[in-house]
Amino acid sequence: MSGPFDVGVSELKYRDPARARALGEALTRVTREIGREPVSVMHVCGSHEQAIARFGLRASFPKALDVIMGPGCPVCITDLPEVDEAVALSEQGVTVATYGDMLRVPGTSKSLADAQGEGARVEVVYSVAQAVELAKKSDEELVFFASGFETTAVATAAALLADPPENFSVLSAHKYIPPVMEIVAEMPETRIEGFLAAGHAATITGYGVFHQFVRRHRLPVVVAGFEPLDILAALVRLVELIASERAEVVNMYPRCVTRDGNARAQEKLWRVFRPIGGRWRGIAHVPNGNLRLRDEFARFDARRRFAIDLARLWAGTPPRLSAQCICGDIMAGIASPNDCVLFGKDCVPEAPVGACMVSSEGTCKIWHQYGGHPDLGDVA
Amino acid sequence: MRGDERISMKHGAGGRAMRSLIENVFVRGLAEPNGDGEVGLADMDDGAALRLGDRYLVITTDSHVISPIFFPGGDIGRLAVSGTVNDLAMMGATELVALTCAIVVEEGFLRSDLERVQESMSAACREAGVRVVTGDTKVMGRGELDGLVINTAGVALADRVVRDNGLRPGDRILVTGTIGDHGLAVLALRKSLGLEGELRSDVAPIGSLVERALAAGGEAICAMKDPTRGGVASSLHEMAKKSGVGIVIDEQAIPLSEAVRAAAELLGIDPLHVANEGKALIGMRSEAAPRVLEALRAHPLGRDAQLIGTCIAEHPGSVIVETGFGKRLIAELDGEPLPRIC
Repeated sequence: MSGPFDVGVSELKYRDPARARALGEALTRVTREIGREPVSVMHVCGSHEQAIARFGLRASFPKALDVIMGPGCPVCITDLPEVDEAVALSEQGVTVATYGDMLRVPGTSKSLADAQGEGARVEVVYSVAQAVELAKKSDEELVFFASGFETTAVATAAALLADPPENFSVLSAHKYIPPVMEIVAEMPETRIEGFLAAGHAATITGYGVFHQFVRRHRLPVVVAGFEPLDILAALVRLVELIASERAEVVNMYPRCVTRDGNARAQEKLWRVFRPIGGRWRGIAHVPNGNLRLRDEFARFDARRRFAIDLARLWAGTPPRLSAQCICGDIMAGIASPNDCVLFGKDCVPEAPVGACMVSSEGTCKIWHQYGGHPDLGDVA
Repeated sequence: MRGDERISMKHGAGGRAMRSLIENVFVRGLAEPNGDGEVGLADMDDGAALRLGDRYLVITTDSHVISPIFFPGGDIGRLAVSGTVNDLAMMGATELVALTCAIVVEEGFLRSDLERVQESMSAACREAGVRVVTGDTKVMGRGELDGLVINTAGVALADRVVRDNGLRPGDRILVTGTIGDHGLAVLALRKSLGLEGELRSDVAPIGSLVERALAAGGEAICAMKDPTRGGVASSLHEMAKKSGVGIVIDEQAIPLSEAVRAAAELLGIDPLHVANEGKALIGMRSEAAPRVLEALRAHPLGRDAQLIGTCIAEHPGSVIVETGFGKRLIAELDGEPLPRIC
């Protein structure tokens, strides 16, 4: 094959199975040296879980090491009322553009995909820039339902600072990662001994953002990239830090992440957004965890531009996740899906209640699909 | 399924939702018991096989819709011929008798486009060595459908019917060429991703290719499926479930063009979930694998054929991907593949 793809993704050195085996052996060795089990660490990033799942890394982790998927998938933790706002807007004659994986996230009575099936105008876009282009081609109102963490929030901010067309606005479901790590670390029964931090978010914020967290909670944080070797190397480092009881921030993604991050991106981010408290689906109220548009950008804020008719979707009563949902505990690593009374009964992949059943990498969805946590160790 | 539930796109995407809809709505109401050795509606295979003396008459039908109608590597006409010829081939029926062709066209559709589609159908028929012997034409009002729908039915003869449920532990599975080409080419065009130049649909009638495999493998060929909607993952799932085996696939052995590899990586889509329109998955007893592979590679459409999988007794119904870094289970697709943000 020729053309712009000549680079040959297959030849990336971060995908070398021989090096992966060596790192896997190192991980087993350092975990064993701690001499107790389980050693529990958490990552807070959907892309980490995606890479772990896609490359089957979990099957090669030592049994004594518990790598817990924390609240890091922005799609999963988008709360019901946020989805409802997007659904309501799409049914009020406004075109709603959003990322593909937001389509199936259930709201109170329906998802955006359901609304689309009933005739509402919902467009899948790959970037905020594409949503802006769509708006430019039409005179009609277009709302970009914006989700994701610091990384995609910066892109949204940049679009709003680049003089978007008058018919363009943003419904922000953007979230900010650092505060939720505090929540998990402060859960009374937590057994998390260290965190893998998301490399792309840290590209923006810099790894310096974690120093305060490390000092406060005495837990090590290792910034990790997303190739299989990045993740394995970061885990080895994290377990080494746990073994030597050193609460430090270590940057294992230096090809992208610096101490101070991308100052211009941060400047854009905070010029457009302000952090406010809000619920993350199935987890908790997260102080400063949601990003909303500042007053200067009110005219691009769909929440202020439209009277969003949620009452119709809620039939009078605001939605509430079932009080029985224990996603927060599952993500904190203190419970398993079998401990949940909703699991497999009222909460199934077709009609998920909590975040863990929404994402294809969610713990509950994986358990439901495969009847527990599949052990593939017997496959030769 | 509740009575007030509406049909959504996931019911047509080739995954679990679609199968459950077909089982609960059509199979339950329409299926009749099969005669000895026959294949019918309840088997939910690629087509039906009915006894005709000591041979089998194999019948299949397929409606084709695609947006856009013309895409890199083909169009709806080529797709309509290839889809039906390939479904027949997957039953082991490579001795083609004839096709039918029914079209439903939207008011306002360009006559010149219709002629272009017809020319493409003719070319695909010549390639496949089959003719269209009867047809039907309907026109519907503007906005009542999107452009053009083509239904083709096909009839062919077989001495031996190959099913999708004949795998046993130890059997090998091969794919006849690169995967993911069709689905990603169409997706890239539909979503204006600017990747079109490199991606081309693989749409082609592969009856003659399958004939080579059958000639080389004979009775050792025990299961076939064309990985269209839902991709290789969904087809392997169906084969594993119906056969009661686990299937382990070697991800590094899966043939991918660089364009597909890069586009899939960029979009966060697994090529195993992407549709193909000119490929087959062929399961066979392991001793036949070398000669079947050699026969396929001698055919222009089978040059990139690779052995990708092995059947095991453990984990029946599951498809396990050996990634080179570890192992994972791969799920059937629920709905259409969508790019991810996280």
